[in-house]
This record gives sequence, C-alpha cells and structure tokens, in this order.
Amino acid sequence: MTLLRETPLAAAHRAHGARMVEFGGFLMPVQYGSILAEHAAVRERAGLFDVSHMGEIHLRGPGAIAAAERLVTCPVASLAVGAVRYGCLCNEAGGTVDDVTVYRLAADALFFCVNASNVEKDFEWIVRHAGDPAAVRVENRSDRVGLVALQGPLAQDVLAHLTDLPLTDLRRFRFREGRVAGEDVLLSRTGYTGADGFELYVDAARVVALWDALLAAGGPLGLVPAGLGARDTLRLEAALPLYGHELDDATSPLEAGLARFVKLDAGGFIGCEAIRARLARGHTRALAGFVLEDPGIARSGHSIVHAGTEVGTVTSGAPSPTLGRSIGLGWVPPGLAATGTEISVRVRGRDLRARVVETPFVRKGDRGARPGA
Amino acid sequence: MADYEIPANLRFSKEDEWVRAENGRVTVGITDFAQGQLGDIVFVELPEVGRTIEKGEPFGVIESVKAVSDLYAPISGEIVEVNADLAERPEVVNEDCYGDGWMIAIAPEDESELEALYDASAYAEHVRSRKE
Repeated sequence: MTLLRETPLAAAHRAHGARMVEFGGFLMPVQYGSILAEHAAVRERAGLFDVSHMGEIHLRGPGAIAAAERLVTCPVASLAVGAVRYGCLCNEAGGTVDDVTVYRLAADALFFCVNASNVEKDFEWIVRHAGDPAAVRVENRSDRVGLVALQGPLAQDVLAHLTDLPLTDLRRFRFREGRVAGEDVLLSRTGYTGADGFELYVDAARVVALWDALLAAGGPLGLVPAGLGARDTLRLEAALPLYGHELDDATSPLEAGLARFVKLDAGGFIGCEAIRARLARGHTRALAGFVLEDPGIARSGHSIVHAGTEVGTVTSGAPSPTLGRSIGLGWVPPGLAATGTEISVRVRGRDLRARVVETPFVRKGDRGARPGA
Repeated sequence: MADYEIPANLRFSKEDEWVRAENGRVTVGITDFAQGQLGDIVFVELPEVGRTIEKGEPFGVIESVKAVSDLYAPISGEIVEVNADLAERPEVVNEDCYGDGWMIAIAPEDESELEALYDASAYAEHVRSRKE
C-alpha cells in the first residue's frame, strides 16, 4: 500500500469543496467546482493553486554553482542573484531525470524546484553528482516549504493589496524575498499556466495563513481557488511539458522541443555528449502540437495515425477551454512535425482528423476562441 | 456532501442511468449524481438510430475534461432516437440531465426488464453506499 501524503492546505481544500485525487504521491485538489470555470478564471482574472507538493532542493557552498552547471542543461554561472531559469536534469544517456526551475539565491547558493513525483529520485541524483560534500551542501527542504501559485492577468492587482514589494519592476523569471500578507515569502514571477502570475514560497507552517490572505484579498477581484485539473488544461494550452508525459528518463530535452533551455555549445553538463550524439544521428521522433478537426478528444496514450499507419502516440490531450476545440501534444516522425501537416488520432477505433499547429496553442492575452487557431 | 435530485417517477440502473417508460418507448439519460461526479461534460458520443443493444452493453461514451466513461444500456432493444443536440451542446447534460440532457430512446425488447431496475429509493441507497 502506498501512503498518500497531503499538503498543509488539505483541510482548506476540503472546506472549499475540493475533490481530492492522487498526484505525485500526494492527495491533491483536482477541482473545487468546475474545471472549465477555474480555467476561465485564470485566463480572465486570477486563480490560486496549491502546489506545495512540489519539491525544493537546495545547494549551498563554494562548489554549489559549479555543481549545478554539471547537473542542469541551462546556464547557472551566468544566472543573476534574484533570477530563475528553466532547465532539465539529464542522465548520462541524455534522457531527462526531471525538468526543474533554478533559483539563484546568492553567489554560492541556489535551489531547484522539482516535480513532486521526482523529489526522492532527484535528491539522490543530485547528491550523487554534486561532488565534494565539503564544497556543496545538498538539502531537501520539500517538506518544510509551502508553495502557492497565483496566476492570471489580475495576479499583480491581488498582490498589490498585500505587499510593499515593487511588483511592476519584478519581471518574468525574477524573484524577490520579502513580506506578503505579513508572511516571509520568496515571490517569483513564474508559473505553469501561460498566464502572468507569481509563485510564492513560504514556510510550510505559514502556507495556510498566506492562502487565506490571498483569497480574502483577491475574492473581490474574482480570484478563485483552482485545482490540478485546470492547471493541466492551462499548461497544455501553453504547450508546457509535464514530466511523465512529454518527458521521461529516456527522452532528451531536444526531442521534446526544449533546445532553447539546453546549453549544448558550452557543454559540461551530464548527458551533454549523449544529447549531441543523438542530435548528430538525427532524432527519430519529434513532439508536435495538434488540434483535432473532428469532434472528440485526444487523450494521452492514443495512437497518432498517418496514411492509415500508426506513427506515434499522444502524450497529452484535452479540450482547450480557451479555443473551444481539442488540442494535444504527441510524438510523430520528424517528417510529420511541420505546421499544417495532416494527421489522425485513433480514438476508440476511429481515426479523427487532426492538424499540426504551432505552439503554444494559446498566447498570453488570449481570452477566447481565435479564428483559424 | 451535496444532495442529488432523484425523481420518484423514474427507474435507475446500477451504472447511474435513468430510464423513463412512456408509450412503449424508453428514454435514457444519466443521473444528477453521475453528472455531478463527472464534472464539466465536454463530449458525448451516441450510437446510430436503428442499432440493437443488449442490456449491459456499452452504447456510447461521455467525456468530462479529465475522464472518459462508457454509457451502458439499462435494457435491451432497438435505438429509435438519439439526442443529436448533445453533439453541439454536451453541457446540457450538466444543466438538465433529466430533461434536455436525455441521450437515447429505445424500443424495448422486453418491457419486463424495467422491473429489474432500481426505483428511486433503492437508487438513493445505491448512491449513498458509494459516498464516504
């Protein structure tokens, strides 16, 4: 039997009427009422997500930055204090151990925000490859850190009621430490929804107080709690990968379309040689975004079909509430990844017509169906 | 826990469909409890008129944002009508599951099969037994 964990906000979720489901070893709110309404709130106003299940692994010491340069695909030495970068931890074969965000806390300190399902795997991997423990102290603070994501075009207006931190100056992928609603937080202008917004890291013991203060201040502006169901449709509209779907231990970040987060030229990170070799040989598959032209919904695991033959697999699929049609990501042969290519998705034995489109499916500011999208 | 509407004049299947028998024709939909469990319904796939279905056989599919569920025939018979409006407006199943959200109408093979279905109070117990 697997013991499911809960975040400190579990009681608050239940009080809001949440339906709780297993995700990444945690019992998490999938929806409070309607996923479509929560999705729309984030696109039009603001939504508040509990993402305390995610992990935080800190590296500190004179060797911390060099260790991180070996561990992740994105540059770390050039990352300013107060800045965040997205990257991947890769294995020696060039597969992806996890996708993470890197927060530069100080000259000799940073942390990785990692996926809940990968916290233990990542921690072991990082400890094993961080080098001399006298030069780098690795610490898993996941259980002590609460994390909420305030996402949507009104997120800044909600926060303005609760903090003196300069919000307009806080650019995307930057963070500041300070007080929000009287709580000590690390406030980061990041998210996983394709909307403007913030993620607030706070002591796990204070996350309930922060959550309540944000909802109270944001309620009049239309802020609602939003669950993992809406988080998934939002991230898919933004074509952001989800570990276990678009990424796994066998998949290189380049295959998954993440080349701009991989410092191939500089090299030096674990898996770099293998990724270069895989690139030189030519990838056998590419991740494509598609929209369905026939009624129906593509789901993870469905086959992608071309000229009557199964050529690939859907990694993520859902109805797009913003576009009003079904969208998905999936593996196709590189020759079928070009925009406009006609493919099909086999759903319960029927081939539904689909077309490869540019991603993201929805760009910031999109609030409704776009013609020709 | 929310209460669910269970009309007294209908009969119900174990798989959370309701049936209404009128003039030799049986209309089928999903219950208020079922639509509440599914959440926002975004796609309904129904069979062709004229198809014959056996009691317990899957006859269609209903999809919410997160989940795909089969629809099971509560009785055997021939499908004489389907609710074509649901193709364009599947959300009607959430809004009016016992009315405009109906799914199919069946000409029953054997009307006595209706007797085997739950009445409202037995179905209410069936719902209660699955709640925490």
